[in-house]
Amino acid sequence: MRPAPELKVSARTEQVILFRVSGQLFAISSASVQEVRSVDSLASGAMDIPNPCLRKVRHVIRRGDKSLFVVNGAVHFGLQPAPVALVFVLRRTKTALLIDGIEKMTTMTRLQALPLAFCHEERGWYRGLTALDQTVIPVVNPEGFLSPEELQMLNASQIESDAAAAQAELPQ
Amino acid sequence: MTLPLHPEGQSLVLLRIGERRFALFAWQIAELVAPSRIFRFPHRTAETEGVILRRGRIIPVCDVSTILTGQKLTSRRFYLIAIRQYERQSEWIAIPVTGDCELINVDMTPAGPDDPAHITAWISHNGEVIEVLNVNALTPGPWESTLQATAARPMEVHP
Repeated sequence: MRPAPELKVSARTEQVILFRVSGQLFAISSASVQEVRSVDSLASGAMDIPNPCLRKVRHVIRRGDKSLFVVNGAVHFGLQPAPVALVFVLRRTKTALLIDGIEKMTTMTRLQALPLAFCHEERGWYRGLTALDQTVIPVVNPEGFLSPEELQMLNASQIESDAAAAQAELPQ
Repeated sequence: MTLPLHPEGQSLVLLRIGERRFALFAWQIAELVAPSRIFRFPHRTAETEGVILRRGRIIPVCDVSTILTGQKLTSRRFYLIAIRQYERQSEWIAIPVTGDCELINVDMTPAGPDDPAHITAWISHNGEVIEVLNVNALTPGPWESTLQATAARPMEVHP
């Protein structure tokens, strides 16, 4: 028998928001959430993407010259669709995330790196795992909802639809 | 990674998966634990079921029964916690097993070039020929599956 391999654990504490997507519990650093809005309050400012190139992104919110892409969390994680009530606007990203609701805010004391036995897209989805009240919760990576390639595609599609709209507005 | 393979007098742990018996090097085993709650969350690594919490440590559960026996394990009596070597580190992996495990000391026959990668050697024990498993080849890891994943999963695009 061998001694246990070294644990990769961060000792600092961090405020996290526990939230649900399609009933599944996730955590996100509260510092990563710029705004929490109800879906209803957002509906007036959101525009449909005419030909969505990604199934998980069907709406965009325009704020000045910045576009926020509304990501359906259930589709992103491959979960069953569920009614969404809230939107997280994620800081330093172009992502607004649709979620079922917030469970609570709490403090995370240990963040364990995602075990290497998880070796596909999830490595970009999560910062790691944490154990809270004897439950293991994945801690999402705010930048993991849209990959650089996906963002590039969405931006290109946005430019294209803006050009089409501008063309349509030109006097005949 | 090359496993230290000395055919004579190796300490091995015999385990049962379904109806079959397999062996692992004793030095690759951390402990044998009773089944506990599996925590599942969304991910795309089919070979990894979820994680268990063991004395504050989060351990992935890899069910290798389909690879080894062609069938999903229906009854689990224990998790064998094995040490999985990655390129730069080692991590614990929980492998569901069906029955009690046994520590034995036997001589081995190294695997041949035609044997699957997850077989390191063969042993003969109580009239049975048993595969000695290579945990590193049997369980998923980033390097091994990154290329497969890239090839198998094109980005989602809807015309």
